Formats: sequence, structure tokens, C-alpha cells
Amino acid sequence: MRKVLQVSNLGKIHGNGCPRCVASTGPDVGSNICPHCQSVVANAAISFDLHAGEILGIMGESGSGKSTIVKMLFFDEDPSLGEAIFYDNGHQWNLFSLNAAQQRRLRNHRFGIVYQNPHLGLNFNFSAGGNIAERLLMSDLTHYGQIRERARDLLTRTEVGSERMDESPKKFSGGMQQRVQIAKALSTSPPVLFLDEVTTGLDLSVQARILDLILEIQQELGTAMIAVTHDLGVIRLLADRTIVMKNGRIIEAGLTDQILEDPQHAYTQQLVASAL
Amino acid sequence: MNPSYELPRDEAGYSFGFLDEYAKREVRRAILKAICIPGYQTPYASREMPMGRGFGTGGLQLTLSLIGRGECLKVIDQGADDSVNAVNLRQFIELTCPGVDTTEHTGEATLIQSRHRIPEQPLNSAQVLVLQVPYPDPLVVVEASEAKRKIMHGEGDYSRLLTKLYEDIVRFAEITISHRYPTRINGHYVLDPSPIPRFDIAKLDHSPALILFGAGREKKIYAVPPHTRAEPLVFDDIPFRAEDFNDAQGQRRACQRCGASDSFLDEFSSANGTATFQCSDSDYCNQRVAAGNGVSCEVTS
Amino acid sequence: MGYVAIRGGGTAIKGSLEALEALRAAEADEGTALSLNTIEHQLRLLTSRILSEGGLYHPPLAALAIKQMQGDTLEAAFALRAYRSTKPRLLTTPVQETEGMRVIRRISSAFKDIPGGQMLGPTTDYALRLMRLELADESPEVFRGIAARFLADTPSEALPQTFPKVVEALRRDGLLPASPPGQGEPFDITREPLVFPIPRSAVLASMARAETGSLLALAYSNMRGYGDVHPTIAELRVGYLPVLLPHPVTGEPVEAGEVLMTECEVVAMYESDEAGAVPVFTLGYGACFGHNETKAISMAVLDRALQKGMKDGPSNPSEDPEFVVLHVDGVDSMGFANHYKMPHYVTFQSDMDRLRTTQIKAEQKKSAQKKGQPE
Repeated sequence: MRKVLQVSNLGKIHGNGCPRCVASTGPDVGSNICPHCQSVVANAAISFDLHAGEILGIMGESGSGKSTIVKMLFFDEDPSLGEAIFYDNGHQWNLFSLNAAQQRRLRNHRFGIVYQNPHLGLNFNFSAGGNIAERLLMSDLTHYGQIRERARDLLTRTEVGSERMDESPKKFSGGMQQRVQIAKALSTSPPVLFLDEVTTGLDLSVQARILDLILEIQQELGTAMIAVTHDLGVIRLLADRTIVMKNGRIIEAGLTDQILEDPQHAYTQQLVASAL
Repeated sequence: MNPSYELPRDEAGYSFGFLDEYAKREVRRAILKAICIPGYQTPYASREMPMGRGFGTGGLQLTLSLIGRGECLKVIDQGADDSVNAVNLRQFIELTCPGVDTTEHTGEATLIQSRHRIPEQPLNSAQVLVLQVPYPDPLVVVEASEAKRKIMHGEGDYSRLLTKLYEDIVRFAEITISHRYPTRINGHYVLDPSPIPRFDIAKLDHSPALILFGAGREKKIYAVPPHTRAEPLVFDDIPFRAEDFNDAQGQRRACQRCGASDSFLDEFSSANGTATFQCSDSDYCNQRVAAGNGVSCEVTS
Repeated sequence: MGYVAIRGGGTAIKGSLEALEALRAAEADEGTALSLNTIEHQLRLLTSRILSEGGLYHPPLAALAIKQMQGDTLEAAFALRAYRSTKPRLLTTPVQETEGMRVIRRISSAFKDIPGGQMLGPTTDYALRLMRLELADESPEVFRGIAARFLADTPSEALPQTFPKVVEALRRDGLLPASPPGQGEPFDITREPLVFPIPRSAVLASMARAETGSLLALAYSNMRGYGDVHPTIAELRVGYLPVLLPHPVTGEPVEAGEVLMTECEVVAMYESDEAGAVPVFTLGYGACFGHNETKAISMAVLDRALQKGMKDGPSNPSEDPEFVVLHVDGVDSMGFANHYKMPHYVTFQSDMDRLRTTQIKAEQKKSAQKKGQPE
């Protein structure tokens, strides 16, 4: 299997930090606040690989540090520790040693993200098509006709409907807004897509259709994805492999089936049991 | 109060160019930087001038910092040498810069300060054009924070501005920006060319004359150096359109006074409701009339 | 129709200035021109305002500006600023401790008793705002007797030359953080361009020259609820501060004069700072030329709000340094508001061109839709 992303020892500390932060926090002590300097260790010692075309699930309750991982990989937040290497068409990018312009380039061309909150991913002053246009323009496509065509295709594909292309997503339902976000993220055909709690807060039927769409995209385009969620159902449906997090650390990782059938860590056992 | 204060009566005569020499030197340094980084908005410590912010204090500081004895100055506003603001600025420069000549002829001027227009007569490499700028940053329509705009400029990220143009075309089937059309300089920075009409944008491209922009209130100086690319921000498949002055039949209107059909026109509505057109550039119009052009010699005053 | 409606600008300007001047002297036979001395003293708070917004301490010139601009505060401060533009900076005063201020008024609303004592001094705070009709027609004799009587009636008890600062007492008790270490030379807004983010000294300098009303409006928004500074005035003092300049030969500071200043320090509630640190009050600082209490208080409130904004990111306009600093300057804002009166014929011509074209396109689209054609 071809590796697209290799994350090693990634971590994020909010606050001043001290040499004892990492050793003094985590699931063993049941806290992510450093008792010595009061800094919050959002996560630490995060290592995993992402392979071409697979969906990797990251599961954990809120505050477990899972969302921060994708935010760092998408350059929304700067990491405090560790590194990540992106393998792309024979190139190797050491993500956090790139300059701002290089990072912006990867963000615009090679990565996509869908946020839980559509306000983060969409500009509500622009139409649905305009939001897709903005991302295409960021990636240097400046042909109006081609932009229109691509936006129309994507909105049809994500079942928003091309007839709603010139409306503001402000007027759309929550599920529809997520579809526009997905269309926008996919517009540059990125090899890697980050999904941050994309179905949280949506009706169950809407959730199911969004998840179907994501699976279709994965099969059609072979996009590798990292899906962050606290919802075991999402993991079960989407993820090939899964990472379980608690207090900012990975406590268990493996094939999704294996984790759901035979969880090793007591916390995972509890999660799986409570979902049944 | 301390009785030893006195009014500075002995200082009623101001130094050459009004500004103190340190201030002028700082402005010149900012100009040099602006020329070195075409289109980059160079910050400078804009001084208060004795006319209102928005009346050309940025352009004026550039002019005063550059002008010397023997220089020949032209000041225009809306294309005209005799409009109130042009007169006001010219009188102030004459007052504070003895030994400087002024002219209304574009060809004679070595330094031209202008608001809202670039002269019709092509400029030459011995001339410097100073344009007055109310809003220096074209990104302000899509991003309010200056700190964020600075990053966008640095990275050459104009996608949000282009998205605004996209939305325009979607809604109006036209780009609705009438003047201050965002223009990319030398392939990187996009600048606000000051409120010149789209008609004048082409004059920025590969101009033999140095073109300087001064924003007094917003405290920025930027430049289009001679022979530098200046391209309006557009989509590949949608051409940039300047004001065309065509009538309903698609016929190019001409100046009622000098007959020019290649100049930017001012529109006048007459009492009977019909519109008439005359050159906005008064020097261009006068020179053409003097050379014997003109449709009708009926010039009332 | 005359050629180009904007022709004849020179004549028009001349006539306009003559009309303006005539109105200044419209009292005609009965009037006497205002003396600068009268303006400086009888309209002392107006003069104070101009000194502070003009950013140049020169009371007679401020009085002249008030006279010339017929009482328009924005224009008068503007004239003083423009005059300042012609002057080179020759020397820089050393940093002054306001402890050495010769105060005419000092109060604290935080403590009943403060070291050195409260001193109400000249203030309208507790004056009834009732029209004093006797002022409508004062005889010169009565008028001249007022100050003389005040001096005669005032017991000449020896006032201390200096008063300790209230905030120093709070610092000693550990209720306020120690003064931040000096961060080098203060930022000179008259010589350096503002590039955001800017240091606090640049923010303070900008506010010290700001237009009083603009500053008050933004500070008030913060006090009312678009923000959360709940200030207590630790100390407000008005008085004369010596101006020290380096001696041209020895370099030793020499007193060259004094300036009237207003200074205000507000103490605000603490917030949960870096966890683990001992909580302390926070401080906002305001100071400006002249006797301008409303301005100094507004500035102190905004300084506190902006410090919070610079630390945690602004959640209100009054906490955003860019928003505050770029919108409180009277010269900038009044100039721009007035520039809209200038001719905009060319840009309006462009506007009309765009509107007409889009109108045509809209018509075309409508008729195309009627025929059922796609876009």
C-alpha cells in the first residue's frame, strides 16, 4: 500500500509548556493539564500512517485532542511537537518545515477539509458556486467558463443540484451546507481529505446520506481521508482503520473490525459496550 | 500660563516645499522602496498637510518631496487644470516652492499631479505622474483587517477578490467595478490604481513615465515603475472592458467641442434632456481646438 | 451651456474665502476681534482640546487656530497639526515620571483616603448645570474682581510640590502587576509608519492625539456592554509637568518649561490569566495635553480593552487596535468625510457606464428567460 501521509510524534501544547508536560499528562493520569505549569496538552506522541485511498477513523470523546490533529495537518494550527511527511507524486513534503506560501499551496491544491461548523469552511457572503470558485481560484484556475462548469458538476455530484449554484449557502439546510463544503473540498481533486465531525448535529437520515456520499467519493476518486468523530456509527460505516484517543494520546489503533469486535483497552471496551 | 511663549511670527515664511527636510527625505526613501517592489504598498509616516485628508495630501507629499527649482508642474483634477481642487493645490505649491514653473500643457510638464485621470497625451520617460489615492488597498472590499491583507498580498493571494468578480458576473453578467479597477503589477502585487476610470488602466501598462501613488490618510506609497507590466485582474475568458462611450447604435461618441473620438468624455445633460459629451482632459481638448479641430466653433462661455 | 462646469475654480475659491472672512467679522461695528489671550484663558478647555488633538503644545497658536477656524475644533486641531508638519524634530525629552507633576486637581474613586489626599480642584463635576444668567452681561470690574477675590480668600497653606501615585501603593500591596519593563524607545507616530500589529506605545500615542468624541464613543461602547472593562479610577490628575531637555553642551536634562496635562489610570478586574499565576488587577492608562478629563478617561478604558484584545484577540471593535487607532483621528476622519464634496465627475461617469451596461444585460437575461433559453 502506498503511503501518503506519515505522522510522527505530533503534539500540541496550549500555554507556556514545560519539560515535564508530556510525561505528566495522558490517559494514565487521566488528565491533559500539566500539574507543573498548568499548560493544556491537547495531544502528544501522535504517530500514524495514512495510505492512498483508505479512510482512517480517529475516535474519542470531546477534549481527547482528535480534532486538533486534522487542524494541524491542514495548517489551521501550529503544532508544538513532532513532524508529518506528505508523499505526493514522487515528492516528499515535510509539512511543518515548509514556509507559509508552500503550506498555503498544499492547502489549496492537495488537501481538502470539511468542518463540523459550515461557517468555518464556507464564506456565506458568496454563493454556493462562488465558494467552489474561490477554492478553484486559489489553485490558479482563472477561466470563468471552466469554473462554472466544474462547480455545476460538483454540486450535481454532491446532490446539492446545479440549480442552487447561485444561491447563498446561508439559506441551505445543515445537510446541504455540508454537501457544499464537500463539493468545495473536492473541487481540486485533492489526494487527502480531512473530515472533522462532518455529520455531528445532523438528522439521522441526513447523516446516512452524507456518509453514503463520502463512501462513493472514496470508491470513485480513491481519495484518502481522515475522519474525526466521536460517533461509533460513523467509524463503523466509514473507517478501514481506526485510532482511539483519550486525554490527548492514542490508546489503541488497528483495523476497525478488530477494534469493534475485540477492543483491548478498557476505555475502548467501555465505548464499544455503551454504543451497543 | 508661562508668559515667555511667543507666536512664531518670524516663521511666517515656510521652508521650500512646506515639509521639513527630514520628512521629505523619509518620503523619498519610501518612494525608492516602492519603485523597487512594484505595486507594493510602502508604509510611510504621512504628515498633516494644510488641506483635508482626501483632498490629495498623499499626492501632495510626493510632489513636494520630489519637486525642485526648474521643475515644471501640472496639476489636474477630473482631467481639468482649473477645477477647484487643482487650483487650490497648484496655488499652495506655487506659494511654498518658489522657482517652480507651472503649466497646463501635458507635454511641457516634468511632474504631473492628478486626481482621477491620466492625461490623454502619452507621457514620456522624462515625466513623473503622481496620482492621489483615497483607498490604497484593493483587498479592503473582501478583508477588513490590514494585518491579514498584508499576508494575502505577500502570498499573492487574490482569490477572494477574483471570487467577488465571479459573483459580479453571476449576478449582473458584467463586472460592476467602474473605477479603481484592481490591477496586477509585474505579475505579483495587485494595486488599487486610484479612482481613475477603466479607460485609463491601459495607460499604466509599460508606461515610459514613472507613475507614483500617494495615499495621505492611509499612509501608503506605491509605484508602477517605467516599462512595467500592469494587467487588470480578469478571468481568462472574460475580457476587461473599458468605458466605450458608444451610443445606442454602437457608434463611438465624440467630444462636442474638439471632435475627438478617442478621449474619455464627460457627460452633460442639457435643459431639453439630451446628453452631450466633452473631453474630460481639458488640455487635450484645448490643444485639439487650437490645432483647428472641432465639430462646431460654437463655444459659449 | 458653459464649457466644463468646474472651470473658474480660482475665482470661486477666492470669493469663498472672502465670504468666510466676512462672516468672522459679521458683528461689524459693535464687535472687537477676539484676543488670543481671551481665547486661551476664557475658553481654556477649548484650547486644551485643540492642544491635545493638534498634538502640539503651543497654547497661543492653539488660540489662534480657534479664532481663525471660527471655533471649529476639528479644523483648529488640523491647522495646528499642519503647522507641526513644517517643524523638524530637534530633541527628544527623557521619559518623565508624572509623580513630579504640579497638580491642580487629583482624585481617586478607588480609595476614600489616598497618600497626599484628594484634591477636587477646578471641575464642573458637581456644578449644577443651571444657566447663570448673570454671565450674560458681566461688567469688566466684576469680571476682573473674580480671580483676585479667589486668590485673596484662599488660605496659603503650603501644598506639597509632588504627590505619590495611587497605583504605586497598589503595586506595593501586590494588587497590580509591577510596571512592565521599558520596551526601548517609545514609538514615534509622527515619524514612523504604523504597520500592524503595532506596539502599545504607538497605540497610546495615537489615542493621545485622537479626536475626543471619537475616543469617547468607542470607550463608551466598551463600558456599555460591547466589551467588559469595568473600570475604577485609581487616580485622575491634572497639572503641570516640567519639560526637560538635554543641555546642548553637557547633555544633562534642563527644565525648559512646563505643559498642562491630564492623566488617568483605571484599574479593572482581573481575569483568569496564565493558570497558576497569582491573580492581580489590570491597569489602563490615559494621558494627554491640556485639561481634558473625558478624553483621558476614555483613553484609559480603551488602553485596558486593547491590551486584552492584543493578548486574546479582539471580541469587540473597542478591543481591536486596528479598528480603534485607524478610526479615532479627527484630522483623518473629518478630511475624508469632507472630501466627498469634491468633484467626482469621472468616477461617476464610470459608475453610470457600469449601471447602464448591467441594466442592458439584465433586460437581455429577462427576455432570454421568457423565451426559455438557458443562461
